[in-house]
Amino acid sequence: MEKNNNKAVIKYNRWGYIFLIPFVVTYVIFQLIPLCSTIYNSFFENYRSGLTQIGPNFVGLENYKALLGGGELLGYLKNTLIMWVLGFVPQIFFSLLLGAWFSDPALRLKCQRFFKTVIYLPNLIMASAFAMLFFTLFSDTGPVNDILIGLGIIHQPYQFMIHVGSVRGLVAFMNFIMWFGNTTILLLAGMLGIDSSLYEAAEVDGASATQIFYRITLPLLKPILLYVMVTSLIGGLQMFDVPQILTNGNGDPMRSAMTMIMYLNKHLYSKNYGMGGALSVLLFFVTGVLSIIIFKTMNQPEKEAK
Amino acid sequence: MKKRIFSMLLASAMVFGLVACGSNTDTATTGDAATGGDTTEQTTAAADGSVLNIYCWNEEFKSRVTDHYPGYEATGDNEGKIGDVTVKWNITPNENNAYQNNLDENLLKQADAAANDKIDLFLVEADYALKYVDTDYTMPVADLGITEDELANQYKYTQDVMTDSNGVLKGLSWQGCPGTFIYNREAAKEVLGSDDPADVQAAVSDWNKFADTASKMQAAGYKMTATANDSYRVFSNNVSGQWVQDGKVVVDDNIKNWVEMSKKMVDAGQTGTQDLWGDDWNKGFYPDGKVFSYFGPAWLINFCMAADQEGSIANQGGWGACEGPQGFFWGGTWICAAAGTDNADLVADIMRQLTTNEDVMLDIVKKDSDFVNNKPAMEKCAEDDSYAFDVFGGQNPIAMYCAGAEKIDLSNQGAYDQGCNEEFQKAMKNYFDGNATYDEAIEQFNKAIVEKYPELTTE
Repeated sequence: MEKNNNKAVIKYNRWGYIFLIPFVVTYVIFQLIPLCSTIYNSFFENYRSGLTQIGPNFVGLENYKALLGGGELLGYLKNTLIMWVLGFVPQIFFSLLLGAWFSDPALRLKCQRFFKTVIYLPNLIMASAFAMLFFTLFSDTGPVNDILIGLGIIHQPYQFMIHVGSVRGLVAFMNFIMWFGNTTILLLAGMLGIDSSLYEAAEVDGASATQIFYRITLPLLKPILLYVMVTSLIGGLQMFDVPQILTNGNGDPMRSAMTMIMYLNKHLYSKNYGMGGALSVLLFFVTGVLSIIIFKTMNQPEKEAK
Repeated sequence: MKKRIFSMLLASAMVFGLVACGSNTDTATTGDAATGGDTTEQTTAAADGSVLNIYCWNEEFKSRVTDHYPGYEATGDNEGKIGDVTVKWNITPNENNAYQNNLDENLLKQADAAANDKIDLFLVEADYALKYVDTDYTMPVADLGITEDELANQYKYTQDVMTDSNGVLKGLSWQGCPGTFIYNREAAKEVLGSDDPADVQAAVSDWNKFADTASKMQAAGYKMTATANDSYRVFSNNVSGQWVQDGKVVVDDNIKNWVEMSKKMVDAGQTGTQDLWGDDWNKGFYPDGKVFSYFGPAWLINFCMAADQEGSIANQGGWGACEGPQGFFWGGTWICAAAGTDNADLVADIMRQLTTNEDVMLDIVKKDSDFVNNKPAMEKCAEDDSYAFDVFGGQNPIAMYCAGAEKIDLSNQGAYDQGCNEEFQKAMKNYFDGNATYDEAIEQFNKAIVEKYPELTTE
């Protein structure tokens, strides 16, 4: 009887594995194989000059040397991080604020659904379309300059696209607008998951709203915050479409808005899979290291508290 | 039990779907790898196919064929018919190299493509012509049965561009692209006191006078040119050597002259730093844009400067043309037959009709104000006032074009010109805008070139 039962369990478990097959196969084909072949490719000289294919010739670590030797890569990493932080700080600030307001039963906000939809809407627009829109809005003869001149704030059109600050600022602003809705929804879900009796207890004990936010909401929100931080970091490091379209692929002025992936894209003009691969591998490590750092720093205080 | 079968079906369907996807990509890549080498065997064209595939980057050639090729009949947006043959237009914009990327992928697959999917005819520009001409992917014009005698009337430079390193002619063009100085008549009258081409020419006959006129224009509220890049071709066509010499990128002295002049003009506010083709560049096509001049060949004025837009200067015939400080040419479109075409006879006939048939070509001049690639015919037109351009307010610029076309020298044309020209202009924009010193801008240009062409070195 027992044996039979065991067999039945094994037989039944088999279905679990069968249902896992599609996901495993998808992962292997679309993630694991490309990942391995990227690493493999990074050791080869492999590009196209006109219509002539050059390579693949094994060159060992030459591609990595060329990338790291120039020192430009650090600059592009810096650009990427600067634009990410510029966008992420207001994003997390407004998301926390809106999340706290939406989840606060005392406020009884009206039309919550409406506002939640509206703040999420920018995310539905394609990033490239959004960047095109901004490019037109902020061009030298565009509407923003027209309005500013019309209001008498400036007398000459401000050339947004030739100043480092304004280009980076615009990229960060666009990323902020596009993603703060998404973050708000995530944080809101986390806040609504917090036991409301904790809030009530705090109120009975006479805690102020600020105290409640810092002492109850934030600590309990940590897992979600961690998730938001890490996903946003990974997304930020892969920032591409917005600056690419806004600066027409150049990252100008003087490549100060060129991100890592835009640099990768530059190598794809000549189908340079070797350099592209090496750059991707480096990016993979950078992302890994930064994610671990965030993970560690976010998790530390909790241990101390115990 | 039913449930089980059903779920089994679902699972297997999903797995199967994935496997199918995977194998698809596989065949595509092996197809890529298999080509590359020998295409000579296919150049002896097979019997006429039923589909003619044309690859190009804008509507210009399509409208030429539609309007002037006898027997062409449009049946849809990107489809037409010549006799029994269906013509399929594959139009990919030039932006960010998209046209060439698409063309390259398909040329590399040419050997394995089904007869009706093979590229039969594609267009190239002078800047990157050598990239295609010097390969087996283009078919020699002689193999199409077009003899040298038939081409005797064409301008020699149009054939030099398309001659490969073995001296074989690989493509033909219907147009010549000598450039002229295109000026705003209104502004010329206001500032120079006359809009007569001879008087304006006297004011811009060399770069010193050009600079003087620029100051006068500025005082009257006009920009001399819309952007610094407008005058780039005039300098880059008059260089003393190729961009790439022995695998090394060299910035010619004349290009440095352009940088020097442009920097002065930008600093003085006589021109802008925007990209060509952008909105800020286009503004000058209208009176409110307040731009005195553009440098360009016939196609710029007839095809790009908004001649069909109500209110544009071109529409009112408000432009004039004179030779300008230096002769130059810009662009031009060449027709190439793709090796492996199954419609060789039809491709040959399109080439013959558009590039050698005098009646068709004169019709193009009349209708589209283009400068066509037929020396005797153009010399006749130069003297015939009925060929005057409306956009030039009735001026007939053809004599000027004829003289310019004779002088075009393409010995300094190279395979890397497109990338070098683009990247140089992009990098210098930083210098003009004051975001970098000249040396920093050059350094950025070098970086960009090595990214684009890993086989090159820089100074």
